[in-house]
Formats: sequence, structure tokens, C-alpha cells
Amino acid sequence: MAFKLDSKIPAGELAQKWSNHKAAIKVVSPANKRKLDIIVIGTGLGGASAAASLGELGYNVKIFCIQDSPRRAHSIAAQGGINAAKNYQNDNDSVYRLFYDTIKGGDYRAREANVYRLAEVSNLIIDQCVAQGVPFAREYGGLLANRSFGGAQVSRTFYARGQTGQQLLLGAYAALNKEIAAGSVKSYPRHEMLDIVIEDGEARGIIARNLVTGEIERHGAHAVVIASGGYGNVFFLSTNAMASNGSAAFQCYRKGAGFANPCFTQIHPTCIPVHGTQQSKLTLMSESLRNDGRIWVPKKKEDVEKLRKGTIKPSDIKEEDRDYYLERRYPAFGNLVPRDVASRAAKERCDAGFGVNETGLAVFLDFKTAIERLGKDVIKQRYGNLFDMYEEITDTNPYEQPMQIFPAVHYTMGGIWVDYNLMTTIPGLYAIGEANFSDHGANRLGASALMQGLADGYFVLPYTIGDYLSHKIQAPKVKTDTPAFDEAEKAVKEKIAKLFAIKGKQSVDDIHKRLGHIMWENVGMARTKESLERAIKEIQALRKEFWADVKVVGTADSFNVELEKALRLADFLELGELMARDALMREESCGGHFRSEHQTEEGEAKRDDENFVYAAVWEYKGMDNEPELTKEPLNFEFVHPAQRNYKD
Amino acid sequence: MSCFLTNSSLGKKLVMSVTGCFLVLFILFHMSMNITLLFSPEAYNMVCEFLGANWYALVGTVILVAGIAIHFIYALMLTVDNYRARGKQRYAVTVKEKGVEWASKNMLLLGWIIIGGLALHLIHFWSKMQLVEIMGSHYFTPEIDGTATVINPANGALLVAYTFSKWYNVLIYILWLAALWFHLTHGVWSMFQSVGWANDTWYPRLKCIAKIVATLVLLGFAVVLILMYLNSGDIIAQMSHWVPEA
Amino acid sequence: MNFTLKIWRQKDAKSHGAFETYKVSDISPDTSFLEMMDILNNNLIHEGKEPVAFDHDCREGICGMCSLHINGHAHGPEQAVTTCQIYMRKFRDGQTIVIEPWRSAAFPVIKDLVVDRGAYDKILQAGGFVSVRTNSVPDGNAIPIPKKDADESMDAAACVGCGACAATCKNGSAMLFVAARVSSLAKLPQGRVEGARRAKAMVAKMDELGFGNCTNTGACQAECPKSISIAHIARLNREFLSAKFED
Repeated sequence: MAFKLDSKIPAGELAQKWSNHKAAIKVVSPANKRKLDIIVIGTGLGGASAAASLGELGYNVKIFCIQDSPRRAHSIAAQGGINAAKNYQNDNDSVYRLFYDTIKGGDYRAREANVYRLAEVSNLIIDQCVAQGVPFAREYGGLLANRSFGGAQVSRTFYARGQTGQQLLLGAYAALNKEIAAGSVKSYPRHEMLDIVIEDGEARGIIARNLVTGEIERHGAHAVVIASGGYGNVFFLSTNAMASNGSAAFQCYRKGAGFANPCFTQIHPTCIPVHGTQQSKLTLMSESLRNDGRIWVPKKKEDVEKLRKGTIKPSDIKEEDRDYYLERRYPAFGNLVPRDVASRAAKERCDAGFGVNETGLAVFLDFKTAIERLGKDVIKQRYGNLFDMYEEITDTNPYEQPMQIFPAVHYTMGGIWVDYNLMTTIPGLYAIGEANFSDHGANRLGASALMQGLADGYFVLPYTIGDYLSHKIQAPKVKTDTPAFDEAEKAVKEKIAKLFAIKGKQSVDDIHKRLGHIMWENVGMARTKESLERAIKEIQALRKEFWADVKVVGTADSFNVELEKALRLADFLELGELMARDALMREESCGGHFRSEHQTEEGEAKRDDENFVYAAVWEYKGMDNEPELTKEPLNFEFVHPAQRNYKD
Repeated sequence: MSCFLTNSSLGKKLVMSVTGCFLVLFILFHMSMNITLLFSPEAYNMVCEFLGANWYALVGTVILVAGIAIHFIYALMLTVDNYRARGKQRYAVTVKEKGVEWASKNMLLLGWIIIGGLALHLIHFWSKMQLVEIMGSHYFTPEIDGTATVINPANGALLVAYTFSKWYNVLIYILWLAALWFHLTHGVWSMFQSVGWANDTWYPRLKCIAKIVATLVLLGFAVVLILMYLNSGDIIAQMSHWVPEA
Repeated sequence: MNFTLKIWRQKDAKSHGAFETYKVSDISPDTSFLEMMDILNNNLIHEGKEPVAFDHDCREGICGMCSLHINGHAHGPEQAVTTCQIYMRKFRDGQTIVIEPWRSAAFPVIKDLVVDRGAYDKILQAGGFVSVRTNSVPDGNAIPIPKKDADESMDAAACVGCGACAATCKNGSAMLFVAARVSSLAKLPQGRVEGARRAKAMVAKMDELGFGNCTNTGACQAECPKSISIAHIARLNREFLSAKFED
């Protein structure tokens, strides 16, 4: 049974849609809000801001996170900044321009109405965060400062040193703390959602594991909000935090929520290259570095050889022997092309044999010109902490020698399908932030993830959830002693028991590394029909191996990190296959999804707007069965999809 | 308001800071008083007379005792609190963190040494001077070199010269002063920090001021000790028959 | 490189713990400290033993999840970095490394090297926020803020809440953590409004939760992975005392 997808996009002019919609949807009276319970999974920008705002409105909110404190959610690691269409720089920015840049950056695979709403509320976010005491960078006149980011020709990115995500999250976390203190929000740190409970086709609550005691708990609510982030860790090596996972979203998918565009993965161009097989994490160097850094590889193969042997230093290579390939290929945007374009260009040069380190998988990001132009002090002021971090990790001083960078998995644009109200295909189940699929299409622009998380949490969900909950005002407290909860809890316990019973030979990480390898080689920056078919086979085989040979030590009723990891990997092993299937189905190249069969003569992504202007929504049919595809057509009423041009 | 000085950690810090400040001022006053001895033993005795069993000197003494007692009792209270806060399980390996002064971590130890020195000091001098007057006596007869000598309690100069004619007393007092030096190098800048009059620009300055004050105190007292030791014979001879002017 | 590791093992909060000695070998100097721990754990799993539990997440030095007291130093012997940012090239080949959990009465051990830092959340819940509702705020540029103040606020706001300050302090004091939040908000006009209330509430909560008293040793700033200055403690003291004298 395919989904009947209703995106609920309001009619009318683009700029009026959100206002019209807000006016049309129902609200819940304060007296009734007190009777309604909402569960929020995840405490990143989306989850924390949503829970705080919902708590303020008077709902009873329970918020869950797997870390020891809500403040640790991985939103905290975002470095560069947050976009808003304030036009404070007087460079002719506007809501429309931010909307246009975002939809173009996403390679025309996002909904116009959602993206426009995102651009529209972006300005409110800045105001909100300033009022919360977020110490944004300021100019000497005391007003807010901006910097430029990839995919835009205006300066609209607000930032707090290299720690913007941290500061925004601390703002949202503070708002959350205010509500926890007021009693409207109850916080459950070190708790992991292991299943979603559906009754009469509606979301009724969750099964969670207390990660300290191992106890399995039931929590009922009138609505459940998934804000659990992305699933980039399916690649094992990524810029995601170690515990970031796709499991909460995956349980929703398993229970019937549509999963949209799973193959849209963002590979970030400026990460520190992989150094060895024992590595467990990739480190991102902020995109803001591309403001002043220039990306290059040598023009001559003999220089590459010498670099690899260590007989010359990068600084020894003459200016005329350097290939600033982004500036060469994309004169208009230069080093500030969108991430997918920059990543692919780096891969192209490395594939052509110009990679600058021993592994051949690195390019230079050079600050020589910037230091000459601005002086070392200015560069130090702008990027000092990033430079220090780079030196700490690589033992190379980036003031003297260029940084080495290479693309790495960073963000997943795909996620749970949601309508304009951010509700999934399951009534009462919502998904916000990176966990949903809605706003970034096939590629996300830098500094837009923070914007989306906070837009959803502060300014969209608190309104749209009322439309659903207004029908629940007569509903009693959700009981957790029902057969649906019994069954869900039983299934969770059985799954855990099964994992312990395998007593195999391979550790969770051993298998996860192999999954990551399959994904990176076959479902990574460039995908082909063959590689994807191979990936599907290999993942299926690996999944069987996992369920026959994994070794989970310890006990279920204690603090057990191995069990947590095993449960997450079990889901990644299905999610990876889903990503490959989606990528195989999408016979075009767009944004972060690059099918080698579909490229222009210049090697740019070639979209197929005849056949693929839709969101691919997948329905779960069982672990070993093919999922079913439903298409949500994307109607471009206001912008006309064109080949993205960053050249002139 | 009374309660935050006893039940809040920052209130307790304020008390330590204020009493500490008072004690530093007292020490500086005491030091300047001692220095008069270098110029004129008679002048010194005049000061001693002035600070006998007069109401103002007694009030001052009571306040001083209170200051010391509060400073010390609070230190004990804070230490007990802090010991509890540290938890039962201690680190197996500890180090001195970069930029952390030894004194700052050992203020209570230094405090005990100072209290010990103070007790000795009271026995050496106060019990023979102000206490004698408080008890209503006008003469004091210590055994000096085995013979009972009649001394006026205001004849501080003789008592000082006699006490520091013994090398071991000089040595004990110098050790005592060294402990005080360490205590002050942390205590003086710390009292500004505790009331919030400090910032990154002023830390080096405050720490410098603290070292100057501590060193001034050390030298100011030590120079008297050493000169007394060297000149004790002369001064004992000069002051043995001193009587206060009527 | 080869290392001998002396690691604190403790089954749960109620059990007694003890040091266990492990050996790891063939570690590349470019391996991070936590990757070295991953290697140890993978070895232990293959031997059928329980891996060492330790907190970590972002591994970029920003989430504040990682802890560990390494050879006597919170976050290891390097200055101004978190544990996840230390690389094995900073240790000597063959060195013995002693790894302990944070030790502070307010941070009870949960398992092995994992402690409960919920007390820090509770302190922030007492007042570490600006009481503004979503959407009822003026334009972001409505109140100009001197760059110097915004920068100073940001200096304090860099705190990652890892707990190294209280874990290092010989008095188990959380002053640097509390001060960082109070000071960060005190430097901004938005936070100034309820500055007095915030300072009093957070200090009272800190005392209530059993943290010790600051004696100005400065050990916290020496071990703070974000090098937060005790000047913020001075500001907290000022904020608190002036609030109290206004009562």
C-alpha cells in the first residue's frame, strides 16, 4: 500500500503561504494545553528550541537525549555560522534571495513553500538568539557582524567565533533550562528511544532505555517529535559525533513513517584527511576558512611525486605551478562554491592523480595570499582556534604550510518525510531539524543547518503542532499499559536478548568499519549503478553476518556502551541499504547525489528534471524485503529549475 | 544579610577577605611600630606605654583577637566543607597545575604555622606586657640569665633586645615570618579577587603588590630581629634601668 | 608506540573501584588519545572482557562530553585542549599513563571513568538563562553592544561544561563554571536585566549541591580546556556581593 502523501502546502502567493497557513490552522487554548503531553526526542537546536517553546506555551513536555546533558547534542559542533536574510550589510539581500540561494543550492529538490518559510523566519531566529544572550560577533559600532559562506554572493552569515553552533545551542538549552525550572519540561538525559508506539494509527509514545540502569521505560504522549539529527555515521567515519545515530528516525520508518530521499548525503569539502586505519572520527575545518583560504593542487605531476616523498614543501611550489582549480572552474564563486561542488572538484583532482599526501587523498587549503594581504594577526583573529586545532591534530603549522583537506561525510539532507506542518505520515508523529527531509533538497548550503533546526523548533512546530493537538483536547492521558506498549516493549527486550545471545566473534566496531567502507566506496561522492548494486549485496551479506557473528559483551541491565552501539548499528545496516536503493533508483545527478553516468561534459552534476523532480518516499516492508517507493512531485511555481551555474 | 555571610560560599569568602585585609593592616601597623625601635628604644617604649591597658588599646586588642579568630575559624570551616566536597575517593596522581602557586594550595598549613608562631609571640611579649597591666601589676620580674629582674611592662625595648639576644629565637621568628610571607603572597591579591576587584589586566599588578607587601613585612620585621640580635648587649645595657616618665 | 595504562575500573556507583593495568602496543603517534582507548576496548571485547566505559562524543573538543584525569591532569597534560584533542605523540613511548575519572563529591562515578555531571545542569536551571519568550523580542540590532563586551561575553561563553574545573579544584568548587555563565550574561544588556537574581540563584544552587568553596588557587583556569579566566570569578563575586548588599 503506497502512501497517500499530502504535503498540505497552502495555496496562494509564495510570500503569503506561511501567514495564510498560520491564520488557517487551529490553536489550543491555554487550559487545554495543560492537559496535553508531548515527547521530544533529541536536544539539539531543533529539539531544545521546540521543547522550550512548547513548554512556554503550556504543554507538558518530556525531552530525551542520549548524552549526559542536553547541551552536548551535536548541533554544538557547528562552527561557521547561521544564515539570515537581515540585509544588515546592505548588499541587497532579501528573504527572496535567501530562499532562492537555498533552493538553488539544494539543486531544485526541495519544496518551494518550505524553503521560503525557512528564509522568512530566519530573521526572527537572529532576534531570538540575541535576546537569549548569544554573544554573536559584533562590529566596533556595536552592531552584528556577518561573514560570507559558500553558495551565496552576499554576507548573511551570523557567527560567534568558530563556535556558532555551540552558542546557539547554549541559547536553546538555556531556554530549555528555564522551562525545566518552571516545571513545564521534564528532562531525561542518558535515555535512548528504542521504539515508537503506534495505536490506532497515531503516535502514542515511546519505549526508552535508561542508559545508566538499563531499565526499559514506557512514556506516553499525545504527540511525539523526532529531533534526533542525521544518520551520517552509517559511513563510520564522518564529522558526526560518535554517538550520533539514525535509530530514532529509523524506528519511525520501521513503524510506518515514510523516509524521504535517504541517498542525499552531504560530503563536506574541508575536513582533515584520514590518517590511518585506527581512526574513529573525522574532524571538520569550518567552511568559513574558504573565505580567505585558496584551494589548490600542483599543476605538475612531478611536484605531486616530490610532495608525497617529502622532498619538497608545499611552499616551495611556485605560484605558476599551482592549480587553483575552483577559481579556474568557477570564476564567479571561486573558493566559495557550494559544498557538493567543492567536494567533487577535490575528488576529481585526486582521482586525476594530483592528491598531495601519501594516500593521494588530500588537497591544499592555503592562507598565504590572505596572510600577505591582511597580515598574520588578522588571520589569527579570524581563525586562530581552527589553526590551533589543525596544528594539534596534524603537527603542521598552517601559518607556514597550507592545510591539507579532503571531503568527508557531514550531513544528511534526507530524513523522515514530513508535510508542511512537519508531521510525518503517522499522525501525531513529527520530525524536525536534520531528522526530517524538508528544506535542503539534494544539498545543504553552509550555515543553513542551524537555521533550519531553530526555525523548525522555535517558529514552525509550536504553531503547526497545535493544529493536530486541537483534535486531542478531549483525549485522556495516554495510558502505557495497553497492548501496543506491551508489544513494543516486548519487541525491544527480545531484540536486546537476541543481540546478547549471538556471542559471535566480531565487535560492533569491526562490523561498523566494514559497513562504512562499503558505503564510502560505493555510496559515497560518486555512485554508479554497479557500485550501488554491489553495495546492496554487500550490505545484505554484512547484515546477516552481524546477526550471526556480533559480539556484545556486558549485560542488558547496566551501563553498556557496546549494547547501545550494537542497537544503532543494527539500524545502520538497514539504513545503508535503503540509501543505496534510493541512490540506485535516482537515475540523475543532483546536489550531493552524483551518479557518474549522469554528468555534463565538464563533469558537472546533470539533473533529469523530466523524470526526477520528486521526493522519493520509502515505506518499510521488513528487514529483508524491498521497500516501496511513493513519489511526492515537487511543483516549481515560482522558480524555474535550471542547471546550477557558479561559473559566472 | 547576616545569613549569607555564614551560609553562602561567597559570603564566607567575603568574611575571609575582610578579616584578612584587617589583619594585613594590623601587621603593617605593628611593623612600623617595631621600626621605631631601630631609631630609639625610648620612643619604642613610649609606644608600648601608649598601647598598655588603656581602653582604646584594649578595644583594639579585642577587635584584633576577633579578627584573628574569625579568620581562623572560617578557614577551618571552609576546609572541612572543601574536604567533603572533594569526595571520599581521592586522585591517585596529583600535580601542581601550571601557574598555580604552592602557597595558594597550602594556606591552612601556613595558617597553622602562623598561629603557632603567634602563640609563642604572645608568650614572649604580650603576656609580659599588656597582660601584666591588665592584671593590674606595674612590674614584671622575669628571670633574665638566671636572675630575677624587675622590668616595667612598658619597657618593650629591653624585652625585645633580651628575647632576640638568643639566636634560636631569631631563627624561629624568621621561619615564622617566612610562613607569613607565603601566606601574604596569596592572601593579599586573593582578598581583592574575593570581593571582585580584579581582572586579567590587574592580576599581574595585584600579584606584584601582594609580593611587595609580603616582602616589606618580611624585611620590616626581620631587620629589627637581626639588628636586635647584633646590638642586644648595648640595648640591654642602655634600657635595663629605664622607667616610664610620670 | 607502546603504553602501559593504569585505569580506574568500577562496576557501578555502589561498587568499590580499583585500578587495573593494561598494555597497548603498536599505537601510531598520530592516534588520538581516545582512539587509543578505542583500540584498547576493541582488544578487551575480543578477549571477552567488558570494555572501559568513558564519556566522549563530538571528538572535536566542543561538546564537553569527554573527561578523564590523565597523569594528574584533567584532560591530560596538554594545555587548553579537551581529552579528545590529545594525540599520542605527546606521550613518551613506553610511558605508564594513569587514567582516573573526575573525582568530586558532586560528580559521582556511574561506571569506570564515567561520572554524573547532572549537578551542572541543575545549576544552570537555577538561573543560567535570560527569561525571554520565543518570538517576543526586539530586532537583533536594536541594542548595540560594544565589541569589547560582546567579545568578553564570548570568552566566558566558550565554557563547554565538561566539569574539569570542579574536578581539578582541590576544594571541589564549581566557581569557574558558574562564573563563566554569570559573567557571559552579565556582559550583555540582555542578560544584565536579571543579573542580580541570576548570580544569587546560581550560587545558592552550587552551594546546595555540595560543591566546595573557591580559594582562588587558579588551578581551574590552568586546566580549563577553554582557558576561561578566573577574572570571570571576580565578576561573579562582584555580581553576587552587590546583589546581596542591595537586598
